[in-house]
Order: sequence, then C-alpha cells, then structure tokens
Amino acid sequence: MSAKYIHLINDKDNVAVVIKDLPEGAKFDIFNESYIAKSFIPFGHKVAIANIKKGEDVIKYGEVIGMATEDINIGDHVHVHNVKGMRA
Amino acid sequence: MKKEVKSVKLYGYKRPDGLFGIRNYLLIIPTVICANEVARRIANNIPGAKVIPHQHGCAQLEPDAAQTFRTLAGFGLNPNVGGAVVVGLGCETVQAEELAEKIKSSGKPVHYLVIQESGGFVSSVEKGTELGKEIYKQIKDLQREEMKFEDLMIGLECGGSDTTSGISANPALGAASDLFFKEGATTVLSETTELIGAEHILERRAINEEVALKLDEIVKRMEKRVLDMGVSITGANPSPGNIRGGLTTIEEKSLGCIYKAGTSIVKEVVEYAERPKQKGLVIMDTPGNDIESISGMIAGGCQLCIFTTGLGTPTGSPIAPVIKVCGNDENYKKVSDFIDINAGLIINGSKTVEEIAGMIYNMAVEVINGKQTKCEILGVEEFSINRIGPTL
Repeated sequence: MSAKYIHLINDKDNVAVVIKDLPEGAKFDIFNESYIAKSFIPFGHKVAIANIKKGEDVIKYGEVIGMATEDINIGDHVHVHNVKGMRA
Repeated sequence: MKKEVKSVKLYGYKRPDGLFGIRNYLLIIPTVICANEVARRIANNIPGAKVIPHQHGCAQLEPDAAQTFRTLAGFGLNPNVGGAVVVGLGCETVQAEELAEKIKSSGKPVHYLVIQESGGFVSSVEKGTELGKEIYKQIKDLQREEMKFEDLMIGLECGGSDTTSGISANPALGAASDLFFKEGATTVLSETTELIGAEHILERRAINEEVALKLDEIVKRMEKRVLDMGVSITGANPSPGNIRGGLTTIEEKSLGCIYKAGTSIVKEVVEYAERPKQKGLVIMDTPGNDIESISGMIAGGCQLCIFTTGLGTPTGSPIAPVIKVCGNDENYKKVSDFIDINAGLIINGSKTVEEIAGMIYNMAVEVINGKQTKCEILGVEEFSINRIGPTL
C-alpha cells in the first residue's frame, strides 16, 4: 500500500483531509478507487473526493462547512478560493 | 464501533449527597484574593490538602460576585472533595460563613474561619490548620466503593490547538465521548467562543426548543460582549494562520472543536460553573481560556477532564485529573512529559481513530480508579474563575 496521503473524517464527507503533503499528480486512494491530485495540496488542507457543483454543499465532519463557489472536481484543492462559509 | 470495549468496574468515594468522587481531597478555599496566602499556608501544613488561590471575591459587580460564589461553592461541592475549610478575610463580598453553609448542604464536613476575627496572620494559619486537620482525620480513611458511569461527569476541553486537533485528537475524543454516552456518563462541552459558527448545527442536535434557544442565547451574548469592547470576533475568524493551516470557514473551525463531543443530542445548556440537571451531553457557557473553562466545568461537578491539544499545554487542576491527548506526533515527542495519549499516531497511520478512542476510554477508566495522569504526577494545579465585568 502506498503512503497514506488523506484521511476521511466522516463517511458523509465529500472532502478529505491531507495528512501528508500531496504533490500535484500524486495518486491517492479512497473507497478502493485511485484519484489524482490536480495540484499540490499541503498537509492539513482538503481535497475533493467527489465532484461538487457550484452552489452545492461542502461536507466535512458529516456537516456542511460551506458552499462551493465554482464547480469542484475530484482531486481539486478545496479551500477559500472555491468555498465560502454560510454564516454571514 | 468495531472494537467492543469489555465491561469495566469503576470505584469512587461515595459522598453524603450520593455523588461519587474519583479523588478524595481536603480543599482549602479562600473566599477572596486577600485570603490567598493564609489559605496556601494552611494547605502546606496538611498532607494532601489542595488550595485554590484566585483573584476574585471582592470589588465585583453582582453578576461577577455571584459567579465567583458559584465557582468556589462548586469546587467545595465537587465530589472529588471530601471536606473543606473556607478562609475569609471578613470585609469581602463573598462571605466565608455563607460559602461554608452552601458547601455543608452536601453533608460533607466543612469549617470556616475569618482572618479579621482570628487574631492575625499566624493565628489564622494555626487555626485553619487545626480545622483542616480535624476534617482530614474524618476523610483520610474513606474507601472506594463501586460506582457507575451514570455517576460520572466528564469535562471536554481543547487548547493549544493546531491543524491536527480537528483531524486526530478531537475525532478520537468524539468517538470516546460516544462510548461514554453509551455507558450513561454525562459529558460537558464548553468554550462558547469556539461554538460560534457551528451553533446552528448544535441547535439542530438540541433535545428541545428551549435548549436550542438557550444555546443561541449564550453564543449571541458572547458575541455581544466582544462587540461591546469595540472589536469583532467573526471578522478575522478563521484567522490568517488558520487559513494557512487549511481551515476554510468558521463552520469548519468550530466543527473541529465540537467534534470532540461526539454525535449525541444536547440535553441541556448551563451557565458557567452551574451544575447540570440532565445526564448526557451538556453545554456549559465558558470562555475559550483553558483554565477558566476547565475550572467552570469542575465547579459544575466534573470529576474528570479530557483535554485535546496540538501544540501541547501542561494544564491541570488541583482537584480533578486532566487527561491530555495530543493530536500531533512531532509535538507529542517534544512535550511528552505532560501528555498522556498520542493521537498523532492517527495521522502517521499507525493507529485508527477507533483505536485511539479505545485508549482514551481505557485510560479514563484507569484514572477514575486512581491512576495518576502525567499532570497529577507533576503537580500541575491551576485554577481560575471567569470574570464577566470590570473590577471596581
């Protein structure tokens, strides 16, 4: 098994946490499927493990942490550039 | 939960009011800052006695005076305390006799003395020492009896957090919290400042409308206090450092914190240092300051605290063990003399969340039954009362 790059906190989540710096193009595994990181994603940041359409919920801890501000694809870095909080 | 935890037996000190302590201390309580030194000297004279010096007890507005009284009384009433000596100055707001009476309502042995009526500093120390020794004799030979998880109240805290807190330590404590609930224990989630942004999620988990409203109220009140100081709490939250670390929204940051309370419904919301009436998950209105927060929960009756951290902090309490869980393997190695459990092993892949949760659970059982935490061995004993308004 390759080095573990990501950690899924809750089965409902559509993002996983990067627990080891994920280089661009690196392969990571989730639910027995392999995906490719679309860009470098540093430790502690989030990677999409499902396609999330603009306006859809971003889910971590099994709860909504924000809304996608653009279409997000599996392997994308998920952060302030493509997610905004729901709280004013 | 894949691994079933085998049934365990818990033993504690049964108090006259039916509560169970997991420690058996004589507590010396100064009513006011001016009585701190006399109280400290008394405690030094009696083996195993604990003392809670503080900065309060006088020149306070009524809400603060009431909160100070409630916190000091709560420490005396905490079942880890077998008996207490209350040391007053005489002219202060929080009066020694009244505080002693309140603690005595538990049926535990309590004495008090007033420095201004005891013939000076040295005589006060001598008199207090005699009173303390008398109580010490009454409680020193108490034996542990079997208790249940329902007799247990556990305070949950996080401090010195870093990126790993929300990944490893808090999810592991959350899974352990769910194990404690299953057994019937009460857990207390605190730190209102950390709930801001996730209150709507906890409100959905509230057992009824009243609890949801109360939760909303304590969060709004905390925000208002901050705004009244002319600053914003949400404006810079998550902070630039949080964002660099990977946190995107305030919801995410708060969820990382509240995840340590597991997935249970919220039964009750209580004020700082107030004793919960319900069993299960309870939220207490405390600030994010670790010492003020755990002191509030212990005053509310928690016999044990479990504390998650990323950077590490040597927090302890004079009367309640604090189990420290570090989510960051590198930092654990730096400060392992005051950390009990390394949850960083989740991140390097050598342990699962469930395995660390099992370790937290097993360690809690051992600590309840008398094993000392690292900070108990080191003698880290901090105490602080949350202040609301100005000093007069």
